[in-house]
Amino acid sequence: MATTETIPAATPPPAADPVPAPTSARQRRVIQDKPARVDRWFDRVTLASGLFVLVLLVLVGFFLLQRSRRAIGGIGIIDFLTTEGWRTDVSPPEIGVLGLLTGTVIVAMIAIVIAVPLGTVSALFITEYASIQSRKYLTALVDLLAAIPSLIFGLWGFLALSGQLSSLAEWIGTHFGWIPIFEISKDANLTNSMFIAGVVVALMVVPIIASVAREVFAQTPPGEKEAALALGSTRWGMIRSVVLPYGKGGIIGGSMLGLGRALGETIAVSLLLPQVPALVYRILENGGSTVSGFIVLRAGADPFTTSGLMAAGLVLFVVTLVTNSLASVVVARSRSGAGVDL
Amino acid sequence: MALCAVSALALAWLVFTRLTEGTGWLGFLLSAFAAFLVLLYIVTADRLGRLAATDRVMTVLVVTGAVILLVPLVLLNVYIFQKGLKALRLGFFLDDQRGITPVMASSAGGGAHAVVGTIQQVGLALLFSLPLGLGAAIFLNESRSRWRRPVRVFVDAMSGLPSVLAGLFVFAVLILPYASSIKIFSFNGLMASLALALIMLPTITRTVEVVLRLVPDGLREAGLALGSTRVRTTWSVVLPTARTGITTAVVLGVARAVGETAPLLFTAFGYDLMNANPTDGAQESLPLFVYRNIRKPDAAAVERGFAGALVLMLIVIGLFALARFIGRDRSKARTRKATRRPVRDATPVPEDAA
Repeated sequence: MATTETIPAATPPPAADPVPAPTSARQRRVIQDKPARVDRWFDRVTLASGLFVLVLLVLVGFFLLQRSRRAIGGIGIIDFLTTEGWRTDVSPPEIGVLGLLTGTVIVAMIAIVIAVPLGTVSALFITEYASIQSRKYLTALVDLLAAIPSLIFGLWGFLALSGQLSSLAEWIGTHFGWIPIFEISKDANLTNSMFIAGVVVALMVVPIIASVAREVFAQTPPGEKEAALALGSTRWGMIRSVVLPYGKGGIIGGSMLGLGRALGETIAVSLLLPQVPALVYRILENGGSTVSGFIVLRAGADPFTTSGLMAAGLVLFVVTLVTNSLASVVVARSRSGAGVDL
Repeated sequence: MALCAVSALALAWLVFTRLTEGTGWLGFLLSAFAAFLVLLYIVTADRLGRLAATDRVMTVLVVTGAVILLVPLVLLNVYIFQKGLKALRLGFFLDDQRGITPVMASSAGGGAHAVVGTIQQVGLALLFSLPLGLGAAIFLNESRSRWRRPVRVFVDAMSGLPSVLAGLFVFAVLILPYASSIKIFSFNGLMASLALALIMLPTITRTVEVVLRLVPDGLREAGLALGSTRVRTTWSVVLPTARTGITTAVVLGVARAVGETAPLLFTAFGYDLMNANPTDGAQESLPLFVYRNIRKPDAAAVERGFAGALVLMLIVIGLFALARFIGRDRSKARTRKATRRPVRDATPVPEDAA
């Protein structure tokens, strides 16, 4: 083991590499970067691989746009964005993304409403309540939860959780039915609803929110925390007056990252929802569809449908891109503030 | 506190079953919990004051939230293990679905073709994404180009790319236009690995970048001060120092890609028989195997799907444990070694000259 580890600092400079000559001959020394030829190649190669990543994302958008031109050109972009159904059997075909997009947004919203409090609270538990020894294991556990494939979540939600949750949905429906979105009609089928899909997606999103929030909470300056405690505040008082204001950016950014993930969630939703595109507002009843789930179920159809799916994918691409960019801006801003210490 | 819980249960029972005739254990639990919180608040406020009462109630809420997060994880694992063990035989790793009819038991046939497909696709994807991801991470951390900021923004944006779009992209660019003319661009394992590489790339780039940032600048400066070029410094100082971190990044990237299903539906397509050639014809993989079997109407297929899910779960947990094992804190082991062999291993880490 020890023999494989070379001591880096002691590595002799390779004779083959030319050392940049010192330019001290001039009167006014101008410090300038004069890289060796290998270094210039090094710069080029790394720049190329960096730019490749950049280009790749642009290409994704470009090709989705190119492939979707047939569908969008056929019906017009306004019609595509405002049609809720998806019928290719009539002529002219009526396909649109409105029903899918509202479904996507509703499921993501349900997930976020459940996941944000849960994620924040579990991040608080890890950073402020758990003992130092258990903190490490809890963090690992949350990370593991984030690594479980969405397929397995979907499987579990589809075959096990659905039944349990439909009794909860029935309870909500009977007692809170006066709120419009919780309305259920008599003898309605309560399985495969957007509510159930939202709960399952929430479980996938919680670890993301929890890990971002935990990271930011952990950076709270200890001096301020101790000051709050020394002034006689309780633990909750300290959290409310120091940790939460400090970690606000982390919570918001983490929630938006989670929202991005929830919007793009595919397999679990395609198993859980019937994927019939339409505007559905009763979230507790059977029904609903999302862009990604619909794409998966209709893959490999005729060229026109495929082109329509590409267009739907493009809409999803734009929506998630905007959400994620906003999220990373918020998180970055909250981290840059983290450097300001007492 | 325990007394509070008992009285809350009693109260909830009274209200729930006697007064309102509510239904379901979940509703009962919820109202009992609410009653418990109220009682706890009143009792503590009476004894210790309002501030302490708020603190107590919030403590209970936070702990409950953490438990609520843990319960599904445990339930999920138990469920998958329970269901999966039934159909998981050694034959699962040896046979494919040749000659399997819907009437046969779930232990007949297996998912060997899926395991082979997963290994090939993820391996190829790693082959594509590792050099690129490493290059991009080095670019972000070791160069001084002004393109670093946009690239970082794009890498961040790409890590949020829905996986289904990666599959759709490969499908749109390669398979759709060229499948009829060039054989390598039809549904096969190679296309799947391209889509998976697209998913792994941002994960690897970001994780490696974080690790590279942790390499102390003193080491870099020492290398440069000794007159080595930046290539040399990166290659023989920075990368070896960050070796364990890079390995962790790779493992995490693999763990992310191995469970992806959506992009494979457009690329590998899925196939019931063994196909060990990733460049020729549709190929199965574990997530596809699970997805396709779970949607079949017969019970045996569903059980087979669960066996596949169990294997997938074990792979993910195993990879995750591996990542933790590689990335674990070695400072303890190193100090022990250092006392034994003080000369060789006393590698000082000069973070600051001070």
